[in-house]
Amino acid sequence: MKLYSILKQGNHLRVLQILLCGLFLLGTAQARLNIEITQGVEGSMPIAVVPFAWQGTGIPQQDMAAIISADLARSGQFAPMDIAKMPQRPVDGQDVNFNLWRGVDIDSVVVGRLELSDGRYQVMFQLFDAVRGVQLAGYSMQVEAAQLRRAAHQIADIIYKRLTGQRGAFDTHIAYVTVENVAAGKRRFRLAVADADGHNEQVILTSSQPLLSPTWSPDGRRLAYVSFEAGRSMVYVQDVTSSQRQKVAEFPGINSAPDFSPDGQRLALSLSRDGNPEIYVLELGNGQLTRITQHYGIDTEPVWAPDGRSLYFTSDRGGRPQIYHVVLDKNGRPVESPRRISFEGAYNASPALSPDGKRLAMVHGEGNRFRIAVLELGSGILNVLTETRLDESPSFAPNGTMVLYATEVAGRGVLEAVSVDGRARQRLGMNKAEVREPAWSPFIDKQESKQ
Amino acid sequence: MNYKALLAVILSSLLLVACSSTKERPDDVVVEERSIGADPGVAGARIDEGVEAGGARLGDEFGVSPLTDPDSPLAKRVIYFAFDSSEVTTEGRDLIALHARYLSKNPEVSVVLEGHADERGSREYNLGLGERRAKAVERMMALQGVPTNQMQVISFGEERPVAFGHDESAWQLNRRVELLYSGY
Repeated sequence: MKLYSILKQGNHLRVLQILLCGLFLLGTAQARLNIEITQGVEGSMPIAVVPFAWQGTGIPQQDMAAIISADLARSGQFAPMDIAKMPQRPVDGQDVNFNLWRGVDIDSVVVGRLELSDGRYQVMFQLFDAVRGVQLAGYSMQVEAAQLRRAAHQIADIIYKRLTGQRGAFDTHIAYVTVENVAAGKRRFRLAVADADGHNEQVILTSSQPLLSPTWSPDGRRLAYVSFEAGRSMVYVQDVTSSQRQKVAEFPGINSAPDFSPDGQRLALSLSRDGNPEIYVLELGNGQLTRITQHYGIDTEPVWAPDGRSLYFTSDRGGRPQIYHVVLDKNGRPVESPRRISFEGAYNASPALSPDGKRLAMVHGEGNRFRIAVLELGSGILNVLTETRLDESPSFAPNGTMVLYATEVAGRGVLEAVSVDGRARQRLGMNKAEVREPAWSPFIDKQESKQ
Repeated sequence: MNYKALLAVILSSLLLVACSSTKERPDDVVVEERSIGADPGVAGARIDEGVEAGGARLGDEFGVSPLTDPDSPLAKRVIYFAFDSSEVTTEGRDLIALHARYLSKNPEVSVVLEGHADERGSREYNLGLGERRAKAVERMMALQGVPTNQMQVISFGEERPVAFGHDESAWQLNRRVELLYSGY
C-alpha cells in the first residue's frame, strides 16, 4: 500500500488562514479544535505501532500493526514509525522502555498480541504515552478470523480518539463503482461496498449499463444510486445486506443525483420531467414529489444540510456550474430563491457537506484542471486540496476529517483520500481496472458519535 | 437520358438490391461494398460523384431507405459541441437540416437523440449537459417541421464515451449528440 504525505508551504499558509478566521469568528469552542489542527501543521504525531506478537500455528491471518499504522497514517495526523527503525519490539506493556522511545522522538507506543485458541482470536493491545511514561488505553477483544481487519480498524479508532479527541472513522465503509472492459464495446459495471481502507470488497450489483452516484442512507443500511439498466437514467434504492432493491424514480427524462434526507424518509434528487433538470424532494413512503427549483439552467446534485432544512446543489443558472443554497420551510418548500455560495473559480460542482455542516467539498475547475476544494462556509475561504486534474465525486468521512474522491492516474480511474487540511493523501489499495463514484458511509452506531 | 446515366441507374439498382438483401446485417453491406470497389471496372463508376448522388435519390423511389446507404449524407449522424456548450455549430446545423428534411418526409421513422459529454467535471452535471445538447438538436429539428413525437431525447452524460483518452483529442469526439434511427 503506497503512502505519501504532502507538506507544502502554501498549504500551511492556507491552514493558518483558517485558524485565524476560526479563532476570530467562531470563538473559544472552536479554538480547542484548532489547536489540534495546529499540531498537525507542525508535523504529524510520531507514533510507533510495534508488530503484534503471534501465538498460534503458521503465520497470523492479518498483520494487525500494519493495518493500524496504515489507518493512522491515512488520517494525516500521525506519522507511524518504520518497523526497521524501532529501538525495541516489545509485545507487552511491562517491556516498554520509555527512554528508548523518547530517544527516537516517539510520543506514543502501541504494543499488542494476537492469540488463536479454539478457532477464535484474542486481540490485546495497549497504548502508551512515551513522554509521560503512562498507559493511555488497553483493550482485549475476541473475534472471528473474518473480523480481524475490523478489529484492527477499531483499535485504530480507539487510538485516534484517545490522541486527537475526535472519533475515528476507520471502522466504516465506502461504496463505489468499478468498470471493466469485458469485450469490444462491452463493459461491466459493479456497485461495491468495502471497508474504509478499500479492503473486503463486496459487490452488491452488476450491470452491463452505467451505474453512478451511490449515496448512503443515514443508518448505513441502504444505498440510493442511478442505473441506466432500463436504457436511461433511473434512481434505485437497495438494501445493502439483503440486496433487495426498488426503482424509486422513473419519470420521463433524467432521474439522478439522489441524496437521503437526514431522517432517511426522503430523497433529494434531480429530475428533468418538466423539461430540464430541477431539484425535487421525493417522499419515499408515498412517492410524493415536491419541486424545489424553477429555472431553465441545469439544477442537480442536491445535498441536505444536517438539520434537513436546506439543500446545497449545483446549478449553471449563472452561466457556469456553481454551488447554490436553498432554505426550506417546515413543510419542505423553498422559502426564497437559491443563493449562490461559490465564487472562486469558473467551475464548481458536486457539493458534499461535512457531517457538522460547516464545510463544503466540491469539484473545483480552473482551465483544464478539476481538483477537489473545500469551502469553509463560515469564512468563505476556499482551500484546494489536490494536485491532480480530473478529480470527481468528493465525499466526507463521517468524522469530517478526510475527503474521499475519484481521480485519474496514468489513464486509470482510482480513489484517493485527502485530509481536510490537504496535508495527507493516499490512494486506496484496489486492484480493479477502473474505480469511481466513491461514497463514504455514515457511522453505523450513532450512540458512539457523541464526544 | 444518355447511355452513361442509364448504366449508372442499372449499376445503382444492382447495388441497392444487394444492399436490401443484406439489410438485416449492415456489417455485410460494408464488406460487399469493399469488394465492388476493388474491381477496377466498377471503381470508375463509383468515384463519379454524380452517379453516387443519383443512386441515393433513386433509392427513395425504389422504396429503399437512404439510412442504409453508407454514402448518403444521412450516414453522418453525430453532431459535435464545444466544452460545456450546447450551441450547435454551422456544420451541425447543416447536418440537422438534412435529417430534419428526411424525418418530415418520412413520418413513420423515429429517431433517438442521444446526448453525451466529455469526462471533465461532474458526472451528474454532464448528464444534464448531454440532455441540453440533445434538446438543442431536437428544438432545431422541430423548428424545421419535425413533429416532436418522432424524436426522443436520452442523455448518457459522460457515461458512454466513444474515445477513451484523457485529452482534447478524445474529449472533442465525446461531446456529441448521436442520431439513432430505430431499426438502422
